[in-house]
Amino acid sequence: MSDVISVSSYLDYTTGDALVDTKVPGGPIAERWDRRRFEAKLVNPANRRKHTVIVVGTGLAGGAAGATLAEQGYRVVQFCYQDSPRRAHSIAAQGGINAAKNYRNDGDSVRRLFYDTVKGGDFRARESNVHRLAQVSVEIIDQCVAQGVPFAREYGGLLDTRSFGGVQVSRTFYARGQTGQQLLLGAYQALSRQIAAGNVEMHPRTEMLDLIVVDGRARGIVARDLITGRVDTYLADAVVLATGGYGNVFHLSTNAKNSNATAIWRAHRRGAFFANPCFTQIHPTCVPRSGDHQSKLTLMSESLRNDGRIWVPRQAGDTRSPADIPEDERDYYLERIYPAFGNLVPRDIASRAAKNVCDEGRGVGPGGQGVYLDFADAIARMGRDAVAAKYGNLFEMYERITAEDPYRVPMRIYPAIHYTMGGLWVDYDLQTTVPGLFAIGEANFSDHGANRLGASALMQGLADGYFILPATLADYLARTPADEVPADHPAVSEAVFAVTDRLYQLLSNNGDRTPESFHRELGELLWDHCGMARNETGLRKALDRIPVLRAEFWERIKVPGSGTDLNQSLEKANRVADYLELAELMCLDALHRAESCGGHFREESQTPDGEAARRDDTFCYAAAWEFTAPGQAPVLHKEDLVFEHVHPTQRSYA
Amino acid sequence: MNLTLRIWRQQGPDTDGTMTTYEVADISPDMSFLEMLDTLNEELILRGEEPVAFDHDCREGICGACGMVINGQAHGPERTTTCQLHMRHFSDGDTIDIEPWRAAAFPVVKDLVVDRSAFDRIIGSGGYVTAPTGSAPEAHATPVPKAAADTAFEHAECIGCGACVAACPNGSAMLFTSAKIVHLNSLPQGGPERESRVLDMVATMDDEGFGGCTVTGECATACPKGIPLSSISTMNREYLRALRKGA
Amino acid sequence: MALATRPRTTTRTDRRPAGTAARLWRSTIGKKTVMAVSGAIMLLYLIAHMIGNLKVFFGPDDMNGYAHWLRTLGEPVLHHEWFLWILRVVLLAAVLAHGLAAWQLSRLDIAARPVKYAHRGRRASYATRTMRWGGVILALFIVWHILDLTTGTVNPNGESGHPYENIVATFDTWYGNVIYAVAMIAVGLHVQHGFHSAAQTLGAGSRTRDRALRATGNGLALVLTVGFLSVPFGVMTGIVK
Repeated sequence: MSDVISVSSYLDYTTGDALVDTKVPGGPIAERWDRRRFEAKLVNPANRRKHTVIVVGTGLAGGAAGATLAEQGYRVVQFCYQDSPRRAHSIAAQGGINAAKNYRNDGDSVRRLFYDTVKGGDFRARESNVHRLAQVSVEIIDQCVAQGVPFAREYGGLLDTRSFGGVQVSRTFYARGQTGQQLLLGAYQALSRQIAAGNVEMHPRTEMLDLIVVDGRARGIVARDLITGRVDTYLADAVVLATGGYGNVFHLSTNAKNSNATAIWRAHRRGAFFANPCFTQIHPTCVPRSGDHQSKLTLMSESLRNDGRIWVPRQAGDTRSPADIPEDERDYYLERIYPAFGNLVPRDIASRAAKNVCDEGRGVGPGGQGVYLDFADAIARMGRDAVAAKYGNLFEMYERITAEDPYRVPMRIYPAIHYTMGGLWVDYDLQTTVPGLFAIGEANFSDHGANRLGASALMQGLADGYFILPATLADYLARTPADEVPADHPAVSEAVFAVTDRLYQLLSNNGDRTPESFHRELGELLWDHCGMARNETGLRKALDRIPVLRAEFWERIKVPGSGTDLNQSLEKANRVADYLELAELMCLDALHRAESCGGHFREESQTPDGEAARRDDTFCYAAAWEFTAPGQAPVLHKEDLVFEHVHPTQRSYA
Repeated sequence: MNLTLRIWRQQGPDTDGTMTTYEVADISPDMSFLEMLDTLNEELILRGEEPVAFDHDCREGICGACGMVINGQAHGPERTTTCQLHMRHFSDGDTIDIEPWRAAAFPVVKDLVVDRSAFDRIIGSGGYVTAPTGSAPEAHATPVPKAAADTAFEHAECIGCGACVAACPNGSAMLFTSAKIVHLNSLPQGGPERESRVLDMVATMDDEGFGGCTVTGECATACPKGIPLSSISTMNREYLRALRKGA
Repeated sequence: MALATRPRTTTRTDRRPAGTAARLWRSTIGKKTVMAVSGAIMLLYLIAHMIGNLKVFFGPDDMNGYAHWLRTLGEPVLHHEWFLWILRVVLLAAVLAHGLAAWQLSRLDIAARPVKYAHRGRRASYATRTMRWGGVILALFIVWHILDLTTGTVNPNGESGHPYENIVATFDTWYGNVIYAVAMIAVGLHVQHGFHSAAQTLGAGSRTRDRALRATGNGLALVLTVGFLSVPFGVMTGIVK
């Protein structure tokens, strides 16, 4: 297979032309979105029916986009690999959704949400995009309420909000711990209405396996019906990818088991630049793994850190049960190192600190990969009932998984991969470098910079899907000549062949290793060297190892069954094959960005007190990588980031 | 622990299936039920056999993809989803029967995978509020009494897993359908379509081949999200009210 | 290849308008409503019937007088026995509607689970499970009961206008007691689940009311069964002779 390469070096990457976002209008930042919408061309309502738009994915971004585009009169053809659009992984988001409504009269504003998001992203996001996100945020809440999303309410019947993720204003709307579920079901219901009305042609259990690019424009996809195994082509005037992030490249993450990077990676191979792949977010409060059988990690709300105290034994190798460790032999390390913020330091700091103490051999639980989150003081202070009222459902979830009662035994937590800020590079219109190919939601790189704030992922997915894409896509469709792509166009046949050939290779190889075993090995490699803390040595080691592992994959992979029916091993193997390529780009990006920022912590770039040290002079850009050829070094295109409204500062929590 | 599994194996929708016996060894009590099946599947792949197909995705009990009947009980002995069921609820030497959801409206696709698209069609026939993007009034324009919001939320928690149908002796989808109807009909936003929603959704539910409700309560007992049985009664009330109003 | 066909989906605007009654009967909830209402009519009748039966303990004159009064009830507005005939027509309609709806629903329910589970586990309560067979038993019992005590066709005594003596004659036979006892237990079980079920169907159920509804159903079932069975018990023990 062409993908099998000898150990090459991604280190030979070259730097190409700088990338400029030509779509962003000038003028005052608060007027840019209005201006863009005014300058955008419109499609006559009578003509919309003639335009076919493919939407891949049915999460918050995809579901919202599909419903909205269909409502406007476009012909939408939509795909999801799940058996129903309602199962997209947005459903698992717990915390809430931010919006600059200022219902609390606590000083919030669009400007403040914009400011917080840029700062939270550690100054690696595009100001114009973030400002637009903050503007649109208020409309999202209106839209969702109109759909019947049951947000939490006050006794007066008005919406309740809370503060979230270390922000000083209370701007997070929520529906208990299931905000993502409720928002997704709102979008799903709107989409279902369009499906029933015949405006959306929905293809569940159908996975996109390649992008069809004709004459430089995205014109369709190749997708496999997971039930019949049939590989079909679907042609359209534009393609929208709403396929989520790539956190599952780490094998263990809080992503759904089948969330994958194939759609965006295949698009990348067809010409879409991939931006900032090393920007991945770790969530500090997940249930630790219980053994090698672990298949995924479960996140628990960060709010636990409001009352729980994090500690490990002072001595390495202390295997006593927590109750037997006296107070003076415990190390409440966050309170010790960061006395001002204590257990409430930001996600990345809490995560790295946990890793450090575990690396010192002071971790607890199976494999020493965990730290205690102790509620004994909280129970003594507030009483068991108050703790139960606040955290009862989380305690229950924890006990279900671990069979330990957090009221009596301290919880064990450990960080896990949770979200990926990187993704396909998009301009202000959310269009990738392939004309006609758009990326929305977590699949793109746009709004969170190097670190995403809590409750902002839902906001971005819905902003992109309901409001931003429908406006910008119209401009593309209006400006692009409508012409049919013949079904037998060479580019179509070539894409189909590439897909079927790869599936054939996987099925016929008959090796001796399962797809899962490769995934696990790759995940461990990445977690060790491109996880919470990264350094040059480790990254180079990973960059050496990945091509070898990839070659081994194509030699030793074993996929039983056939390609003509439901074959979950085949699906998995095909996804792992893409992870094995994406992982290399991730490590290269992490290596080249010799600074620490947001979720990307380079050990070489830290302040004397262990803080992430950003290097704005050298790295104040988004790194967009261009695919060249399989196994060949990519080309780096830098999009310089200019900060006119929020001035970069170094954060400090000490 | 070591276990004997008797699993329904069926190659495709049109082929016959059978209960097939497998032995699994060294199962950790900390494993989830699906991780136990992962272990079996890894072995099967290495033996060159096809692994057992089952739906699963989030593995944290919210997406609703997973679901199997374990020892005759939908999602097994604990009131939770199959992915959140842990092996510590079984004992060494146990024999465990694993079957797919059984209902005419949920035809088997392969092994333990069934086609639940009937649920999507029920939602599509009225399980929404018609609110085109951009048309929404300001969120605080309509206050919603907290009690109504709480009722709506409680019913909106449904994850569409289908355990209610699997557990019901009549393969009825009343609990699923009523959960969405009660969610939306409790809210002022759902008011304008209140009658048409219940009439259309019930009609679709019947057309899809689900059985009727005989109030056995099995659905609510199996529901991993605790949708109450009273939800069905409320739907009946809404239905009769809508018929009277001649919507 | 390509975007072949668009699935044609029925949307609400395409659905043919139908009359309320037709719509009611077409839906499973509607059929259940018919069952609930007809069941309620029969339940009310049973309560009256059971209370009437207790007259047997006051001797032949009371009982036979009561039976005669039933025939003259409503006079002079109604002609002789008209009340009874109206009642019989209503009850027959209720039985037929109840039975037809039950039969149609049962067919739907059985069709909805074409493949049974291999593992037979914990199941619903006895009363719930026996609704169908209990219903069939009751239907057969009604036929016998009419032939026995209304027309007197199969009654050992079979004297028109003397229900007291006919009752005593029936319960002097072993099979009369057995048939009656089985049927009355079936009535109890049927009412126990049926009352609760009908309340749910008519939308009377709610979380707060559920316990009360169940208790009422259980109470009615118990009172009816005990009340009805007291008559053969009276005959057997010689209290009634």
